[in-house]
Amino acid sequence: MLDVKNITKIFGGLTALDDVSFSIRKREITGIIGPNGAGKTTLFNIITGIYTQSAGTIYFNNKNITGYPPEKLAGLGLVRTFQNIELFGQMSVQENVMVGLHTRSRSGIISCAFKLPGHVKEERDVRGKALHWLEFCGLSDFSGLEAANLPFGKGRMLEIARALALQPDIILMDEPAAGLNNRETNHLADIIRKIRDSGVTVVLVEHDMELIMDICDSIVVLDLGKKLAEGTPRQIQENPAVIAAYLGSD
Amino acid sequence: MSHMKKEMIKFLLFTAAVIITPLFFSGGYLMNVLVFVGINTMLAIALNLLLGFAGQISLGHAAFFGLGSYISGVLTATHGFDPWLAMLIAAIATFLMAFLLGFPILKLKGHYLAMATLGFGIIVYISLNETVGLTGGPSGLSGIPNLQISSLLFDNDVKNFYLIWTFALVTILLSTNLANSRIGRALRAIHDSEIAARVMGVNASFLKVQIFALSALISAVAGSLYAHTMTFISPASFGFNFSVELVTMVVIGGLGSIYGSLLGAALLTLLPEFLRTFQDYDIIVYGLLLIVMTMFMPGGLVRGIPGLFGALLPKRMEGGGENA
Repeated sequence: MLDVKNITKIFGGLTALDDVSFSIRKREITGIIGPNGAGKTTLFNIITGIYTQSAGTIYFNNKNITGYPPEKLAGLGLVRTFQNIELFGQMSVQENVMVGLHTRSRSGIISCAFKLPGHVKEERDVRGKALHWLEFCGLSDFSGLEAANLPFGKGRMLEIARALALQPDIILMDEPAAGLNNRETNHLADIIRKIRDSGVTVVLVEHDMELIMDICDSIVVLDLGKKLAEGTPRQIQENPAVIAAYLGSD
Repeated sequence: MSHMKKEMIKFLLFTAAVIITPLFFSGGYLMNVLVFVGINTMLAIALNLLLGFAGQISLGHAAFFGLGSYISGVLTATHGFDPWLAMLIAAIATFLMAFLLGFPILKLKGHYLAMATLGFGIIVYISLNETVGLTGGPSGLSGIPNLQISSLLFDNDVKNFYLIWTFALVTILLSTNLANSRIGRALRAIHDSEIAARVMGVNASFLKVQIFALSALISAVAGSLYAHTMTFISPASFGFNFSVELVTMVVIGGLGSIYGSLLGAALLTLLPEFLRTFQDYDIIVYGLLLIVMTMFMPGGLVRGIPGLFGALLPKRMEGGGENA
């Protein structure tokens, strides 16, 4: 459903990504892994419209989405979370998720200012749906809290809840387990599986190998800006090139 | 009780307070000052939508106020337009101008946006001064007619009070609705993290332009009301100092709070009147007050005053949004 074709990204003189191609299949959890500096986050930023690639094309559901800005991708059902949590800190936890429902609601400035009937109904609807996604991610008890006051692990979950509220086809998570303790990581793994089982495609950039091998259906390995390998967790674990990249070759 | 019900009760109580105010200060000098509080409330709320909600600075908002004033003034005093029609034209023209200006200018962020809006404010100020044939230049434009509804002519303090405050109350009501809606949330989301807001599907660049133009429209209506209430306007009222004063009202009152803007506007309009007793030293007392307030109430009056009581009272649990 997401086809990355010949992506190259050059920053100044540095080639961060060099002709990377792969495909992500529907309703799977795909992990993108690689040593530091492999280009994972750069690739993520290109797919999600934050950077523009130097060359190459991206197809989403067979539609060429090259150069689409994030807000347009959101409308198509592609959403992401951030490595450094990007919450709306001064808004309540529930309101954060309600922003996730932005594309699922229509009221404009005039409708909102004059509280036209359609808007009032929609607002009630949005409020209810937000609570559903908070419950899905185990955040029901925090709905009224200002997001900036959430503990770190809960903030991560809130980012996921907010992204899910958009009812995306695909969700890309940038190091969702970073900074989480074991218990929180296990909870995260459960949530990610639940997301996949509900029919949403998941892409992860992650350093936690245990988590990756545990939950991913397929894995793409990057090293120094190039695709090194692609396959199931088992294939990747046995791939000599991958082992060499991670452990150093003789 | 739901958040919106609380908002509604607050609004109705305040409306009642406004209605009975003239019974106590009828015809006095204070009545005149309260008319200005109403106009400044509209301006502060307009700027707050941009600054407090969307997080975008404008150091040139007096220009939109001035444009509204002068378009209305010139159309009526020079060309004999009906004042209400002139107000409508002033509002639409200023809205369109801000809309077109907004596209290039709001691509800038932080200090650069501040400089660009500052520049716009100065251009308008100089234009008002220099186009003597059109605006009357520095000596001002006089003979602007009062507004009128059939036989009711708004020509004294009390009538003007009710006229201005009707507009101010409508501004408060509509802005409160907007603040607690999908659009209000999108604006605050842009304020906290523009990139995350965009990832959630908020068209940040367009929404910023829309709110900038809406803010200009409200300012222009306030300007038109000002022109028809004063019947005389001069460029001095629309300079850089007033733009800064508007920012001060919003910050002192509380960024992102509609009633905070009301408090800020009231304080900064009334305070200089009360400080008259300090004669030449009033500006020092005024400055000191502002410094002390920003130091001890960084969230503005609307959060600072409950904070003072908060130390004495048990903390109340709050749910949902909190746009007072």
